[in-house]
Amino acid sequence: MNKFSFPAILFAGFIAIIVLSSSAYVIDETEQVIITEFGKPVGTPINSDPNVNEAGLHFKKPFIQTVNRIEKRVMEWDGPATEMPTRDKLYITVDNFARWRISDPKKYFESLRDTRTALSRLDDAIGGATRSIIAKHDLIEVIRTDKARKATLPDDLVETGIPATLPTIRYGRQTLDQEILAAAKSKATLWGIELMDIRFKRINYKAGVIDKIYDRMRTERQQIASKFISEGEGEAAKIKGLTEKELLEIQSKAYRQEQEIKGKADAEATEIYATAYNSSAKAPDFYQFLKTLDTYEKTIDRETTAIFTTNSDLFQLLKSVEKEVSAEPAVPTP
Amino acid sequence: MKRVFDVFPDGGAKAMRSFSLKKLLYIPILLVFLVGAFTCFYTVNAESVAVVQRFGRYSQTAPPGLHFKIPFGVDKVTVVPTLRQLKLEFGFSTRGASNEYQGSQQPELERNMVTGDLNAAEVEWVVQYGISDPVLYLFHVHEPEATLRDISESSMNEVVGDRTIDEVLTYGRSEIEIDCLKKLQTTMEQFNMGIRIEQIQLKNVHPPRPVQNSFDEVNRAQQEREERINIANGERNKVIPKASGLAQQMISAAEGYALQRTNEAQGDVARFSQLLVQYEKAPTVTKQRLYLETMNTVLPKMGSKIIIDEDAKQFLPLMNLQQSPPPKR
Repeated sequence: MNKFSFPAILFAGFIAIIVLSSSAYVIDETEQVIITEFGKPVGTPINSDPNVNEAGLHFKKPFIQTVNRIEKRVMEWDGPATEMPTRDKLYITVDNFARWRISDPKKYFESLRDTRTALSRLDDAIGGATRSIIAKHDLIEVIRTDKARKATLPDDLVETGIPATLPTIRYGRQTLDQEILAAAKSKATLWGIELMDIRFKRINYKAGVIDKIYDRMRTERQQIASKFISEGEGEAAKIKGLTEKELLEIQSKAYRQEQEIKGKADAEATEIYATAYNSSAKAPDFYQFLKTLDTYEKTIDRETTAIFTTNSDLFQLLKSVEKEVSAEPAVPTP
Repeated sequence: MKRVFDVFPDGGAKAMRSFSLKKLLYIPILLVFLVGAFTCFYTVNAESVAVVQRFGRYSQTAPPGLHFKIPFGVDKVTVVPTLRQLKLEFGFSTRGASNEYQGSQQPELERNMVTGDLNAAEVEWVVQYGISDPVLYLFHVHEPEATLRDISESSMNEVVGDRTIDEVLTYGRSEIEIDCLKKLQTTMEQFNMGIRIEQIQLKNVHPPRPVQNSFDEVNRAQQEREERINIANGERNKVIPKASGLAQQMISAAEGYALQRTNEAQGDVARFSQLLVQYEKAPTVTKQRLYLETMNTVLPKMGSKIIIDEDAKQFLPLMNLQQSPPPKR
């Protein structure tokens, strides 16, 4: 207080604050930093090694050095959806995305400087690689992934004829992803960028192609529908046939059983009669006699006219009595 | 506070001039102190944790409750809702979602997919996730939600791309959910984003609108097939039991006939046997008696009877047969 006046202290403090604020800087967990001196990078980048955490408070030479902050996190590239032809001349809209990180901040800083530039460079690199890989393969190779997978069909739908086959593939989506990654990776390395992976996000048919796809789907469904209908008819006819068969079987079996029962009964009755009528020497004669009488009783009625002679067993007495007793005619007139 | 007022007392201008500079210095210090006092604490709600960075460097993760920190940008606090269940929607978006990434920006493009048999399908789904590691979530990946959205879409496209249209639309749905979840979880582990995937739910899955009709037609045809089969079975169920009953009736009647026949035979035979015993005792007499008895019953029933002499051989041609015509057959 005695040596320095108050304004002097104030001034010194002011200067100190300015120098300090120009010297101290904070590095966030999400950043890496390159120090430049008059625009020229000096020293090694700070907090760029993923295994060494250098985030925190740091100091630099005031005024002459500048802090350049560069993203440390894994970044995403999501390029525009682009129309391109496949090897089998189908136009599709391809949308893929990539994950990348700045692995060499110095190179990155020198060649690109900011994220926007990086993304537009990646557009070119990945876009070009995608286009050329897609053109080398058939559409199905971008659609399917798992070579081993077979389509499933529940047991109760097996006979419906729903198609359950998938076209076979030789490479598959993930192989194509790898090919694109391999093609774009080396270019990105030149900019200090490590491309971590590239994946297809969406594949869509181009507007002109989709109508043909719809047509095909329609006809395929119509086939299935008509198959269902004719199958229903066939199944119904089968059931009708079975019904008829069963009906005839039931009826004929019943007839057979009926005849068997009746025949057996007839045979049994015949046997009973035969045994009885042969039971003694006189039995057949007697049976014939009885049956004859029985027949008379049954056949003779009001309509019957019988002519007897006096020779018959019944009327022989008529004659012999006349002869013996009187000559009076005693013939009854009808 | 009093001192602040003391800075401008109503005293003489001289006094003011001599003290003002020194006292003025206290104003910013006081302000700094006040601001510091008001910004040196923070609260963390029950479903979250706070990630604290000191000079940009991660220092600690604070649990829910009231905590203190160093103000003036030294300690930076980011509250991360680790216990909240978050959700992403694909192919559609629910209004009023608190999570800005939840809804779909391009629903049309998202839900249109190509199936493994090169057909088209529209698939809408939901991914439920949570933040499992707030430090990784904040520091490892730039825009983790956007990345998650893209990976989800990519996984679903892969899974649908390995299936037939019918698997996607009807019977393969739960398998798709399971497969896609597995794929997404594997990728999440690989990408190390501090996010856990809890569930994938398929929402509306249908054929593209222009072909919807054809698909409905297949359903109708399937119904019709069932209906035809049912009608045929109904007819069968009507006819067969009746025929079985009738058959049973025929058999029962035959059995009745059989009983009747044998019983009658036995009856006849019993009568005959009795008679035969008597007949054998006196054949001639019995025979004659039976004959006459029969005649006794038969003759009165007869319409006309003619008895002629055994010698009258010429009688027949003269007889008027008109009044008693032969019995009609």
